[in-house]
Amino acid sequence: MKIIIERYHKDKNHQNLSETYDIPLQSPTLLEALNYIKENIDNSLTYSSGCRSSVCGSCGVSVNGKPTLACAYKVQDNDTIAPMRYFEVLKDLVVDHKNAQKTLVNSKSYSTPQEQTPTVSQSQEKLNELQSDCILCGICYSACPVYETSPLFLGPFALTRSWRYVSDPRDSAQNEKINTIQTRGVWDCTLCGECSLVCPQGISSKDDIIKLRTKSAQAGYSDPTFTSMF
Amino acid sequence: MYDVLIVGAGGAGLTSALSAAKSGAKVAIVTKSYPTRSQTTMAQGGINAALSNNGEDDTQSHADDTFKSANSLANRDFINKLCNSAPDAIAWLDSIGVPFSRTDDGKIAQRRLGGACAARAAYAQDFTGLKILHTLYDQVVKEGIEIINEHYMLNLNVQNNVVEGISVLDIRTGDVRSIVAKSVILATGGYSQIYHGFTTNSSGTTGDGIAAAIRAGARLSNIEFMQFHPTALKNSKILISESARGAGGYLLNSKKERFTDELAARDKVARAIYKEIESGGDVWLDIRHLGEEFIEENLPQERKLAKLYEHIDPVSDLIPIMPIAHYSMGGIEVDESGMSSVKGLFACGECSDHKVHGANRLGGNSLLELIVFGKDSGENAASYSKDYVEKTTSDKQLNSDIELINSIYSFTNRVDFYENRTLLGETFYQNAGLFKNEIGLEKALSVVEQMKNELPSMGVSDKTRDYNTNLVEFIEFTNLIELSKILLINAINRKESRGAHFRDDYLEKNDETFATPTISYKIDGVLRDNFEGVS
Repeated sequence: MKIIIERYHKDKNHQNLSETYDIPLQSPTLLEALNYIKENIDNSLTYSSGCRSSVCGSCGVSVNGKPTLACAYKVQDNDTIAPMRYFEVLKDLVVDHKNAQKTLVNSKSYSTPQEQTPTVSQSQEKLNELQSDCILCGICYSACPVYETSPLFLGPFALTRSWRYVSDPRDSAQNEKINTIQTRGVWDCTLCGECSLVCPQGISSKDDIIKLRTKSAQAGYSDPTFTSMF
Repeated sequence: MYDVLIVGAGGAGLTSALSAAKSGAKVAIVTKSYPTRSQTTMAQGGINAALSNNGEDDTQSHADDTFKSANSLANRDFINKLCNSAPDAIAWLDSIGVPFSRTDDGKIAQRRLGGACAARAAYAQDFTGLKILHTLYDQVVKEGIEIINEHYMLNLNVQNNVVEGISVLDIRTGDVRSIVAKSVILATGGYSQIYHGFTTNSSGTTGDGIAAAIRAGARLSNIEFMQFHPTALKNSKILISESARGAGGYLLNSKKERFTDELAARDKVARAIYKEIESGGDVWLDIRHLGEEFIEENLPQERKLAKLYEHIDPVSDLIPIMPIAHYSMGGIEVDESGMSSVKGLFACGECSDHKVHGANRLGGNSLLELIVFGKDSGENAASYSKDYVEKTTSDKQLNSDIELINSIYSFTNRVDFYENRTLLGETFYQNAGLFKNEIGLEKALSVVEQMKNELPSMGVSDKTRDYNTNLVEFIEFTNLIELSKILLINAINRKESRGAHFRDDYLEKNDETFATPTISYKIDGVLRDNFEGVS
């Protein structure tokens, strides 16, 4: 089986080099294929990986234009592998997660505990059970078309995380969170649903953003593009 | 200069960072990757605390179970501290928003794991480690604690047995530099990658901190005690949590019959499975009778992993499994404050031997250890740093590590270290695995000695400086070699069977000689190895 890898090195003569590799493995995962190339064909192939079981979030790459975890994808003949979009490429398939992770700071998506921790009921726990499965792989970020024009958008995973805490009765700063996500946040999303299609944990950030819009409306906010139309 | 520099950003590292920062210290976290990519994400089953949310339990029983399983190699005081602190640890995790599964009446749900007399493991479906780690990370983000990503610690900078910081390889640029600190907390994880290809652990679990600690003069304890998890997926070697058996899952042999107590301590279950496989049979985990609804609710990750990596659905199929290396019980020896034998050098989490797991760790106690001893180490390091007397720092370690990296680039690369890494894993699984004996261990030792001698003939073929993972993986391999040798020497010297250390040439436990940890250290670069009483 053959796969094509779009490689990158900042030295000019190695820039954007496409290489084809022959993998003599039976239906490997993409990560197994990358490991095979690194150990047997070219030691310089550079990518990130860790747990190989879809939970550490290290190995996001783009396969034929679609972002996915290398460890959770079965390689097909003639697949083209490239680094994830909207991230700065450091080398080959390794990207810089700095800007993506900054959305967590900007969206204030963390818990602000209370003096006395209130009890969480079973049904309240279910409100963010799936959202808290997020592994911060950046795949939704890479699938989000808003980043084409708006690099400071808070984006799918940060907003899902915001919902996680906004929906948690233990958090004491829910109004602050709702206020924070009004700018470059919930209203900048186009609701295209690309993020939901690619999430390896089955999380739908689009749904979470819709829920956050409802919360925002309850807090007196409205869609700024909509209001400016009239 | 930092007051507290933390190396490693898993559960232990992040907890110690939060507690050191809360104590007023200037803190930074160094990680060779990113915080949420650590081994902690892979902990599935739960975190132990005697909360009595699902039947009667008490901290005394928790301590008794832990002590019994440790087989005389743990310290009762440390265990009491761990178990008594457990309910508060859970309350703290609850306060910062860990999404634990809940009972009908809103209490934190608990389930039984192996070796426990009660349903003691609090859990968040089977993503307990993932959800705890990410919640901790969110708190680190909130506190604005500095994180130095993608920096690989090469060595500790220690002068006259006092730590002064570390030297790091900036993976992105390839530069070597030093980071000065009044105290250092190692939270770098275990060394299960010695069993490369036969471990549930992440590829980065290469014992970097432990190897650096012994090079810097610290004492290590019980390195021969490697825990084998009974149930990894047979082909992909991916972990299937003990909670599957805790919920009533069966182990079946080739005749499709049960052959062992599924909820005995891990060492016993793992050996029973290995014996079945050794005699040419297969072993399966069977959770079909639990039903789809229960599996979806309580074991969603197990189902997903089995489908994705083994192409079977546990709702309707048997799960093929085998036991493989899972948890390093040995590590850096620490005192009650979490400090190693090097002043100002602390350790917590899997890289430390906090004298609680002994010869056999109980499921659910490792996540607990991260929180309880992580918090302690952070506070104690912060307090130590207040009394630190500043001196002129030395460039000796930095220069030596710059030289080290340059020399690796000039190694001949005639021998492929990746092939050797594979060979190391196979050799260890066969000869230093669930059953050991003198002949096998000596054979493995000669393999390791040869690899060690051949290191200068290995090295890297990628000669670029920036983001060179070929280089990082080679340095990780040298750390594995360093610890492999210690593991084997300890295992050869421990002529008895105790917990996870099982010798088929010495089947019995020998309390007269060996009811005591194995201590390893170096004097002038020469490895020493002793059995010493529990202090």
